[in-house]
Amino acid sequence: MINDTFASYALTTRKLTLAYEGKVVIDSLDLAIPTGKITVLVGPNGCGKSTLLKGLGRLLKPKHGVVYLGCDSIAKLSTKAIAKRLGLLPQGPTAPEGLTVRDLVAQGRYPHQGWLQQWSKEDEKQVNWALSITQMQEFAHCALDNLSGGQRQRAWIAMTLAQDTDILLLDEPTTYLDLAHQMEVLDLLYDLNQEQSRTIVMVLHDLNQACRYGDYLVALKDGIVYKQGYPNQVMTETMVQDVFGLESQIVSDPVAGTPLCIPIGRKISIKAPIR
Amino acid sequence: MKQWLIIRSSWSPISFHIDRRVPAILGGLILATLVAMVLSVGQGEYRVPPLDVIKTILGLETNNSDFVFIVMALRLPRTLVAWGVGVGLAIAGTITQGITRNPLASPDIIGVSDGASLAAVALIVLYPELPTALIPLAAFGGALTVAVLIYLLAWKGSSSSVRLILVGVGFSLIASALTNLMVTFGNIYNVSQALVWLAGSIYGRSWEQLNVFAPWLIGFGILSLLMSRELNALQLGDEVARSLGSRLELQRGLLLLSTVALSGSAVATAGNLRFVGLMAPHLGRQMVGPSHEGLLPVAALTGGFTVVVADLLGRLLFAPIELPCGIITAIVGAPYFLYLLIRDRNS
Repeated sequence: MINDTFASYALTTRKLTLAYEGKVVIDSLDLAIPTGKITVLVGPNGCGKSTLLKGLGRLLKPKHGVVYLGCDSIAKLSTKAIAKRLGLLPQGPTAPEGLTVRDLVAQGRYPHQGWLQQWSKEDEKQVNWALSITQMQEFAHCALDNLSGGQRQRAWIAMTLAQDTDILLLDEPTTYLDLAHQMEVLDLLYDLNQEQSRTIVMVLHDLNQACRYGDYLVALKDGIVYKQGYPNQVMTETMVQDVFGLESQIVSDPVAGTPLCIPIGRKISIKAPIR
Repeated sequence: MKQWLIIRSSWSPISFHIDRRVPAILGGLILATLVAMVLSVGQGEYRVPPLDVIKTILGLETNNSDFVFIVMALRLPRTLVAWGVGVGLAIAGTITQGITRNPLASPDIIGVSDGASLAAVALIVLYPELPTALIPLAAFGGALTVAVLIYLLAWKGSSSSVRLILVGVGFSLIASALTNLMVTFGNIYNVSQALVWLAGSIYGRSWEQLNVFAPWLIGFGILSLLMSRELNALQLGDEVARSLGSRLELQRGLLLLSTVALSGSAVATAGNLRFVGLMAPHLGRQMVGPSHEGLLPVAALTGGFTVVVADLLGRLLFAPIELPCGIITAIVGAPYFLYLLIRDRNS
């Protein structure tokens, strides 16, 4: 997928090496994130998915290599300039006690504001839009700590949306949510991608959700890309075996037609089939 | 839009929003503070009626010519010092809690104030011949040293709020031990001066101390207020703040500098007044929520009011014996700190 023209790629990495306290987590990675698509990073715990996401979002300074935002090296842009083009929601963020949803979502406007201009009409418009698209308007006055996990996560997503960036990076946006809320969040992101062609890069744990919602999949193992491409190219029994060390069968998702991974595990005795 | 008050001008890009409770609460606090100040100035061995206090301060004629001297030279500067110290400590506490995201943190708990005390006592005891204007500088240096050590040892790369408090309490103990050592071996005359000041007293504070303290308070107070937006971003966590485009190290550094300067200069002026920096931000958050545009001024005025009242109570309760107001704030503040600790453990 590496191409010399940056135009069709929202984010590109060249020989990107990321390290935590001297320990290399991502090793000399070449990756291109296509513009206007949903790219999902999958891989086992500790493979470097979150680290890569942080690297893409300039939260982690590369040891070697470069991240390009469009055609610009991310290291040469001011952090505020990046924040207008790229929004990043880390995993499990925490807000101070008593902060209301509206206060939080308004924080998304930070990169667009200055000392004198702290609440323009545009700020107000974007915050209201973010609240309504995430269906958080009725909770706008509520303190975050009084909400359910799903509502809280939607509030954080609304904050990232209010930032009004073309690129959204999300680290496990569905963690701690029940299945219905997981689908709700993923549907929301899908709509944003379809209706406003926002580029979305996210880390997901559920392989089946990754296949259903991702245009592209990047399977990471030990800090390197094991395989990348369309879900039906990446999601194979061999990949699941090599990357996750898990025996599985891949069938077609009866609802969406995308690959569906059925883990075999050790419990293989067949119970009475459903009639 | 009921939650916020929006100020926006049609001809310029100026626009703000603030919690709608803020103006009324600020008004109430200013009024309460003025009343407490008038009562405080009137109170003493030689009572001055409240109306005469106001008249004297406004420069109007009263029927007793002694009032001018009592009010203007003796009592007003003292009350203003009390207020300013409370404001400074409250702002320092609010910033500390914001940047550490730790509701138990404040300069007096994590040892920053004790570092300031130690440096100031060292200056008083070891170099009594140096001018008093240097005390705030020494206190600032002491506070900065402790702040930097805490940052390096307990904060950087660690998100544990308990660790920060424990390391801070450790520094606090070391600094007080060294201060005691200084007091034990110092020259008796210098030591007695240091002791009165250490208890957190504003007894006998005059225009001279106020003039030294005011520039620190005004300068760093304004800097802090201008950085409310940055504080709001920082209290969402390093990663979110950075994603939002905050220049983390620079902004945190500036805020930390403000905290150190405000608590250092407050300690230099009135000794170690405990718990004001811890309590004022909590009371402020209960009134206007955690957004710093409103919280900083509300907490600041709450702190100012608290110390003025503590000073007044210290003189009223066992008159004619005078309790240092640091003792009053500690008596109220220590149980409050325990309450916060217990509540934090349960949640």
